[in-house]
Amino acid sequence: MNMVDFLFYVFATLSVGGGLLMVFSRHPVPAALFMIVSMVGVAALFVILEAFFLAILQVLVYAGAVMVLFLFIIMLLDVGPEGGKAWRVKFLSGFMGIVFVGLLVLSLLDIGLDRSSSLAWPALEEGVMVNGESLVFSASVKNFGYGLFAKYMLPLQVSGFLLLAAMVGVIILSKKSSASEEV
Amino acid sequence: MAKTVVLERKPLSLSERTYLPQILTGLKTTFTNMFKEKVTLQYPEEKPVLPPNYRGVPTLVKDPNGREKCVSCQLCEFVCPPKAIRITPGSVPEDHEDREHVEKAPQEFEINMLRCIYCGYCEEVCPEEAIFLQNEYSFSGYTRDEMINDKAKLYELGGTLPDDHYKWDKKKEAEEKGNPH
Amino acid sequence: MMLDAETLQLVGMKFLFALLMVGAVMTMAGYSVLAERKVSAWMQGRVGPNRTVLPYVQYIPILGPFLRGLGIFQPLADGLKFLFKEEIVPGHVNKLYYYMAPLVALVPALTTMTVLPFGEFFHDNGESFPLILADLEVGILFILAVSSLGVYGIVLAGWSSNSKYPFLGGIRSSAQMISYELAMGLSLLPVFLWVSEPGSGLSALSLTGIVASQAESTWLIIVQPVSALIFLIALFAETNRLPFDMPESETDLVGGFHTEYGSFKFGIFFVAEYAHIVVGSAIFTAIFLGGWHVFPWVADPWPENWLGSLLGVGCFLTKTVLLIFFFIWIRWTLPRFRYDQVMHLGWVRLLPLALVNLVFYVILVSWLDQPVATN
Repeated sequence: MNMVDFLFYVFATLSVGGGLLMVFSRHPVPAALFMIVSMVGVAALFVILEAFFLAILQVLVYAGAVMVLFLFIIMLLDVGPEGGKAWRVKFLSGFMGIVFVGLLVLSLLDIGLDRSSSLAWPALEEGVMVNGESLVFSASVKNFGYGLFAKYMLPLQVSGFLLLAAMVGVIILSKKSSASEEV
Repeated sequence: MAKTVVLERKPLSLSERTYLPQILTGLKTTFTNMFKEKVTLQYPEEKPVLPPNYRGVPTLVKDPNGREKCVSCQLCEFVCPPKAIRITPGSVPEDHEDREHVEKAPQEFEINMLRCIYCGYCEEVCPEEAIFLQNEYSFSGYTRDEMINDKAKLYELGGTLPDDHYKWDKKKEAEEKGNPH
Repeated sequence: MMLDAETLQLVGMKFLFALLMVGAVMTMAGYSVLAERKVSAWMQGRVGPNRTVLPYVQYIPILGPFLRGLGIFQPLADGLKFLFKEEIVPGHVNKLYYYMAPLVALVPALTTMTVLPFGEFFHDNGESFPLILADLEVGILFILAVSSLGVYGIVLAGWSSNSKYPFLGGIRSSAQMISYELAMGLSLLPVFLWVSEPGSGLSALSLTGIVASQAESTWLIIVQPVSALIFLIALFAETNRLPFDMPESETDLVGGFHTEYGSFKFGIFFVAEYAHIVVGSAIFTAIFLGGWHVFPWVADPWPENWLGSLLGVGCFLTKTVLLIFFFIWIRWTLPRFRYDQVMHLGWVRLLPLALVNLVFYVILVSWLDQPVATN
């Protein structure tokens, strides 16, 4: 067991433990905090995989921005320990949890059965043609940049457009409710 | 009644709306302030200059001949708003040299400095000009007992002040001329 | 666990350097507290702390009284005071999170400095390495990410105190962070564009790359004054310094998030605030003020040996200290914003300005790079 393995187990415990504690917390604020711990653990796992950019995005976007917003909303709405405990919600979330764990176990079993095919790197051998040279896959920022803005330009634009549509929808919904209150 | 003039507020210019020139002006002001002479006093080393009518700790004073001025009339005890003064009146012995024209003197005179509010009423009311609020301002002690000034302490703090009237001398003179009171 | 001697030595050296750096930053934070007190005193016509003495130093003829007058030993006294004060924990707090909050506030401030270059080491064979704990390819993103975690300390403190003023402080802080992080990130994008123009071969996301590009051309504050201004304002907001000290605001929230804190826990919050300022100043120095290069446009006048690297570090520290002074200077000049003014400035003014700035530099950079592309 070398250093990297040791660190892997530390951070894996951190992320899985954080996730479990999040699920079992009664109060939503500690739950949100454990979710942050879990996300930081995942970011550390990315670092071990030498995907620094992904790790930093994980911290910057999820732990840094999204969870601050979560906490902000939780604190502002003052959700108590009994928030979201209706039996239907409980049942649905329990069911979804079991389904996802089942899927995870299945996929792990699949990898275990056929190690050679599933564990290979994503197929990027065709290369991205930028400036006449083919890029070798790596986790560097440059690759992400060229990948996003050269090869996957259209999907990126489409997803951006989808997000824009979602935002416009939110604006319209919130406008409508306030207008109906006035009437 | 003066005519009310309504001033038109000028719209802010672009540079004013960014607030940056104003911030720079403010920064300049504070920066020049850094090098001005300091106005604070380094207290234990430098003492403040007290105004002539300063009201410090109340004290008992003697006249220039070194005689006790207080006649224990108890007016100050009566007027004292926080009841800080307590006087035990006593008489001056008949044979006391230099004091034969004085009937009374305080046997004990206590001012409780934990009660005193430095109002100066005692000084104002005293018919003998025997009690003064002088320049002592940093009176402190470790116990409550220490904060009660007895007669000896009050005279020690008070000392001697110049006297314009020399009342005892006048009384003595009057008596010698056969015209007491 | 297998650890050979080489790995151990490497880890040990890194550990030592990290300790040194933490020591340096903490000392600077302590002395920024002193500087704050002194500068505020001078600006208000006072003299500031000048009473603390060490047993023997005060008897040195001229130096002793001079140091005493400067209040050089005041940080020691302040720190000891925090250590020996009575530890009061109010009965209504949420203990675990209450104890955790000061640490959560301090750790990000100390973590950001791992990717902070502060000088250059010239090797005998002519190579030069930046002096840095970890030369990350995405250093600036790392700093943005980790410093955004600093808000949790304040939010946790506000929430675990179970008391209304700290709670309001925590809420305000999170809203402020979200608002200004956007402007901060957007103000940095033109910098990335400028530094990583095609052909420069520099990685714009690492601070060393940015400093190197400034050595080649000129300081980025001259090239991109608007970006620098937005970044500086956002930096003030992110470090909760005075025009933006919403979470603290003594006048309307008692003490804000640290109302219920006392003794050493409060001390940690205090040090964390100043550590944020120190690291923030250093980052601004590296990105916009040319790092350890002394003049814009001119190459460093010193030789490329140990003397040069020492002078470079000194230059970097001087700029950082001047910037810390600027932070203090602003604090004692401007009044605090109202909460709605902070939100207005962040969303209505800074964000559009940052966007316009970004578009302008996108067009400018693409126009400047035109001949290069056609060649």
